[in-house]
Amino acid sequence: MPAESRRASPTPDPDVVGRSHPAHLLFVLPYFLVFIVLVAVPLGLGAWLSFQEYDMLGGYGGYIGFANYADLWKDRIFLGAVRNTIWFVIITTPTFVIIGLFLALTLNNAWRRSAILRSIFFGSSVLSVTIVTLVWRLVYMPDRGLLQNVFGVFGLAAPNFMTTEYLALPGIAIVTVWWIIGLPMMLFLAALQQIPAEIYEAAALDNASRWRMLTRITLPAIRRTIVLVALIEVILQFQLFGQANLITNGGPNNASRPIVMFIYEAGFRDWALGYAAAASQVLFVLMLGAAALQLWLTRQRPEAG
Amino acid sequence: MLKAGHATDWGDRLILLALVALAVMWLAPIAWVIGLSFKPNDVLMRKTTGILSPPFTIKNYVDIVATSAVFGWMLNSTIVAIGQTVLTLVLSTLAGYGFARTEFPGKRLIFVAVLAGLAVPEQAIIVPLHTMFAFADLHNTYAALIAPRLAFPFGVFLMTQYFKGVPREIEEAAMLDNASRLKIFFKVVLPLTIPAQATLGIYTFLHAWNEYFWPLVSATKPEMYTLTIGLAATQTNFAQTEGIGFLMAQAVFAGLPILILYLFFQRHIVTAVSGGVGK
Repeated sequence: MPAESRRASPTPDPDVVGRSHPAHLLFVLPYFLVFIVLVAVPLGLGAWLSFQEYDMLGGYGGYIGFANYADLWKDRIFLGAVRNTIWFVIITTPTFVIIGLFLALTLNNAWRRSAILRSIFFGSSVLSVTIVTLVWRLVYMPDRGLLQNVFGVFGLAAPNFMTTEYLALPGIAIVTVWWIIGLPMMLFLAALQQIPAEIYEAAALDNASRWRMLTRITLPAIRRTIVLVALIEVILQFQLFGQANLITNGGPNNASRPIVMFIYEAGFRDWALGYAAAASQVLFVLMLGAAALQLWLTRQRPEAG
Repeated sequence: MLKAGHATDWGDRLILLALVALAVMWLAPIAWVIGLSFKPNDVLMRKTTGILSPPFTIKNYVDIVATSAVFGWMLNSTIVAIGQTVLTLVLSTLAGYGFARTEFPGKRLIFVAVLAGLAVPEQAIIVPLHTMFAFADLHNTYAALIAPRLAFPFGVFLMTQYFKGVPREIEEAAMLDNASRLKIFFKVVLPLTIPAQATLGIYTFLHAWNEYFWPLVSATKPEMYTLTIGLAATQTNFAQTEGIGFLMAQAVFAGLPILILYLFFQRHIVTAVSGGVGK
């Protein structure tokens, strides 16, 4: 029987059971149709739209080539949004890696205390962005916020994350790390548990210091997970939207408007669909580029673990 | 030796201190908001210190029951999240089995296309998607709120991987008994996938419940708001609001169901959220 099925297909898939039959397509078809209609078609339509002058208010103006892209290139707000987004990715990604790694290293034990702390740090990620921003607006509120109350005890004025230009994105970054630190922490914890205990026992016999064990054993062993976490965070943080929309509304003076919020405003407030679609294509390419760059940077190092 | 041990002690203390500081930072905002929700609004207009001293009130929560639209939003969120979860499980399980265990002409091509779909972020297609639903006149319906996420390939990918891990001997034995393919799928294979169904189900439910961007542009009528969008709508005039306590009570009330779920299903939720990505 296995021999027969192998003859039926040119390069046999070792996981397949039974012979090839067109009717098996029916298993995949329901999903594939949904995929075509709701991913493939919009993807093509979006690319097409980006070359059209299509405005819900002004109507359809026909094919205009790269004019939308040329306009984006000259749009001060859009360029600012690109800059903000990249800056946001640059400040959040290492923070997620460092704090996530710190929490995983210190909470990687069977103590009850650690279990409770893990629950606390992961717990905030199940909340919606709306609840999280509501909470943090109260924390950042200028005269009566939690932050001001704490600073007030020492007779100081708290930094105003919502209305100071250079503090707006860092303020959103703090909220974002608070919100979803759970994922990197858990990914690191899972990786740490894969390291065989014997390696540490051998190192302890050699009187290796903890710092040495960390840099010589632990970090090399979880190198792949560090890369994975960084990649996930770059992709996630490029999509910043809700926090900026709800905490600062892109301000002050556009200092915290990310690309996705630009797309939202162009597409669903100004109804400039072609223009918004072009901005979406730029975001897509930037994200693919950042992911590719990261994979390329971390490509040829000796494999460990 | 002695010196090294001493240094480690100090290191331990510093690490513990940092951990405690972080834990306080994670808990304080939530505790603070819960505290505010039990304070009278006119007091909060003047000051927000003294959370632990009277006066206290439950008026904010009474007001929610009496006046807030939170219950309607919660119902919408429940319908959308359950609908999306059930349909995602059905579609992903069928497709996962098809990709992992069966052979048919064009399978590899289709699988590669679906895999490539993993790289497409929601924001890249949201504008054309909105236009398509507008043409079909589907906005402000449950169908519009549920449908788009069904197409995201993550679940299919997860189920395909899972089916590949199931020992094939079980199915081969059933094949020898001349059982039909569908019968094998439903009677033999499906019961084995319950752990994966739980993982994917929880993951999908959480995402649906917390989704922000698509419901924001699709559900524009207040009666179709999900919890996420409804709460967002109430905080637009935040600076001028006289009801900080009421807003906070809404936030607590809205966050409660999911936090309770988290307390009960913590292990599963953690696996669902991180295990899914880890694979």
